[in-house]
Amino acid sequence: METLYLIFIDPFVQMVVEPAFLVEVLIGGLTSGVMYSLVALGFVLIFKASGIFNFAQGIFVLFAALNFVGLMDLGVHPILAFVITIGIMTALAFVVDRLVLRPLVNQDPIILFMATIGIAFFLEGFGETLWGGDVRPVRVGIPDEALFWEAGFGEILVQSADLFAGVIAAFLVTTLALFFHFTPVGRALRAVADDHQAALSVGIPLNNIWVIVWAVAGFVALAAGIMWGAKLGVQFALSTIALKALPVLILGGFTSIPGAIIGGLIVGAGEKVFENYWGVPLLEGATEDWFAYIVAMIFLFFRPQGLFGEKIIERV
Amino acid sequence: MLTKKLVMAGVAAAIAAGAIGVAQAEEGQFIPALTYRTGPFAPGGIPTANGYVDYFHLINERDGGVNGVKFIVEECEYGYKTDRGVECYDRLKDKHGGATAVSPYSTGTTYALIDKATADKIPILSMGYGRTSAADGRVFPYVFNFPATYWSQATAVIQYIANEMGGLEALKGQRFAFIFLDHPYGKEPIPTFDILAEKFGFTYDKYPVPFATGTEQKSVWLQIRRTKPAYIIMWGWGVMNATAVKEAANIKFDMSKFIGNWWSASEQDVLPAGDGAIGYKGATFNGAGTDYKVFEDMEGMSGLSDDGDRGTVLYNRGMVNAAYIVEAVRLAQEKYGKGKRVTGEQVRWAFENLDLTAEDIEGLGLTGLMPPTKVTCLNHEGTNPAILIQQWNGKGWDIITDWIPAMSDVVRPLIEQDAAQYAKDNNITPRDCS
Repeated sequence: METLYLIFIDPFVQMVVEPAFLVEVLIGGLTSGVMYSLVALGFVLIFKASGIFNFAQGIFVLFAALNFVGLMDLGVHPILAFVITIGIMTALAFVVDRLVLRPLVNQDPIILFMATIGIAFFLEGFGETLWGGDVRPVRVGIPDEALFWEAGFGEILVQSADLFAGVIAAFLVTTLALFFHFTPVGRALRAVADDHQAALSVGIPLNNIWVIVWAVAGFVALAAGIMWGAKLGVQFALSTIALKALPVLILGGFTSIPGAIIGGLIVGAGEKVFENYWGVPLLEGATEDWFAYIVAMIFLFFRPQGLFGEKIIERV
Repeated sequence: MLTKKLVMAGVAAAIAAGAIGVAQAEEGQFIPALTYRTGPFAPGGIPTANGYVDYFHLINERDGGVNGVKFIVEECEYGYKTDRGVECYDRLKDKHGGATAVSPYSTGTTYALIDKATADKIPILSMGYGRTSAADGRVFPYVFNFPATYWSQATAVIQYIANEMGGLEALKGQRFAFIFLDHPYGKEPIPTFDILAEKFGFTYDKYPVPFATGTEQKSVWLQIRRTKPAYIIMWGWGVMNATAVKEAANIKFDMSKFIGNWWSASEQDVLPAGDGAIGYKGATFNGAGTDYKVFEDMEGMSGLSDDGDRGTVLYNRGMVNAAYIVEAVRLAQEKYGKGKRVTGEQVRWAFENLDLTAEDIEGLGLTGLMPPTKVTCLNHEGTNPAILIQQWNGKGWDIITDWIPAMSDVVRPLIEQDAAQYAKDNNITPRDCS
């Protein structure tokens, strides 16, 4: 009986009695969700343009951040370090295209997926060899203050770094949306995503497009890496955190940029609300590790293409 | 013909060189070093490994080894993953004539190695970690966890909090928070806290932090902000610690009431939080800094690790771990033959009869760096487990207390009870240590 009370009554009573805490949990969840979305964006870009699920995207986040902060530690100005890191990520895109994607073109998607797992392991080891395994703080002036907001029903804590991440995510999504819709390269990317052969037949160079999209995904990884690094320090746990983007993608759809954002917000808010109102009292906490994956699995039963993904219809 | 002769000569030379290599190897005292310099736990693993390896190098270079027997150290990287730790142990245990002792620096790996190492007659020195009930030497003859166990540490931390609040009576009705890594290591002190809570009338909320990342702590700190505990105790490792200290600083928690255990109070744990970490406290059993005689001997010595982490809490702890092994080898040689390589079994005897006094430690140039320790057959934890409390001042750690003894009257019965259960479950007949 007590268990039923803890499941169906108590959480809602607490939400009503302590609305300030509920707002804090929701804000905390939504801002965490934005951080997941930043990583998920990179996955979406590559999948949208090439149909490849890039398992290495999480490592891209870590690798980009490692290079950025490593260069800064060597005394390079942050802006120059940012530019050099974009160069490194572009060079990486070129190398991946030449050494991995081209030799495997026309192979099954699972083969390309396996290749990206190989890239992930290589980059993880390579990054560690280059820059070591220490946690490196990112000090680029991102505000990291606790803001206490006195609402009518209680005091609410908001981290300025989380708000900043939200602004960055909004900027990235807007920029990418404009890029996809209003530039020739963006239109070419969409054409390739729709139909490789049709795109080739009208003269769109597939290989160049792949390099571009992997480079753009590298840029998004750098932005995500800096934001995560500012929050937690650049460290190897980032590659594991990045895997939280998987349920985000399942919810939002693998081909939708707005879906990556909405999916992130749902996952972030959902896992924090569940942890605080059900996880801690009933399951002794630590539910954030698995909650998002369970939600994603349930979601797959009802809408496998995600909220905003394209429904694939194959006619016989 | 000439070619054939050259080949034969080459083969003969190679065989001879191999034979010499084996002879040399057999004369050395082999230390398998299970390390993790990669992965999420590398920030703690690197300085620990450096201190551990450097001390053996120092003994080889400065003293020519122990009575002329030099140490051979071989590292095996296992990324703090239990299965790979066991694999490293299996790969190294028989090399160079056999392992002297093994220190895995992981509670999970220590648990996994207890049966194997016992069968192989190789002692485990899980210095301040691992299975607490292994302190009962009757059931765990090959496992040592001096100078103090997690359970002793838990009682000493509660004793410190009581001292701060005005006595053990003041604990009644207090609410504390316990943040821990969701891993065997993090859960190890919970039975002790449960007993102490009942005995002294306080309550505590448990906050596990997922093992996979160690950084998913948003909900933990929202809960802590809501419940406003009088003190927070942390049993963390790796990146979890730095995240927790940073989050505590963000919610403006009084850092002087946030106490980490001895694996949650190193420089790597506080530096990322900047000035917000000032006031954070932690337990320890070894000194930090380089203001010890032994470091003078290391000045200018070649072959040591990069000196970037020398003097940090974990580097020094790695040195202390190695120093205990070196002194055990010295003691074993006194019994089994000076200047001869000693076996794991003989080192096990030495661990069990180790009695390092303050004078001994001064002679080693380690005063202040490691506590005096006396180990017995019955008590592998050492007879006087205790902790110091250190506090972060923004640049370094200040020791702010004298030794705070553990509540051995609480801990020892628990140890014996758990060890007896282990013996029963595994059909072990406890040794007679009387």
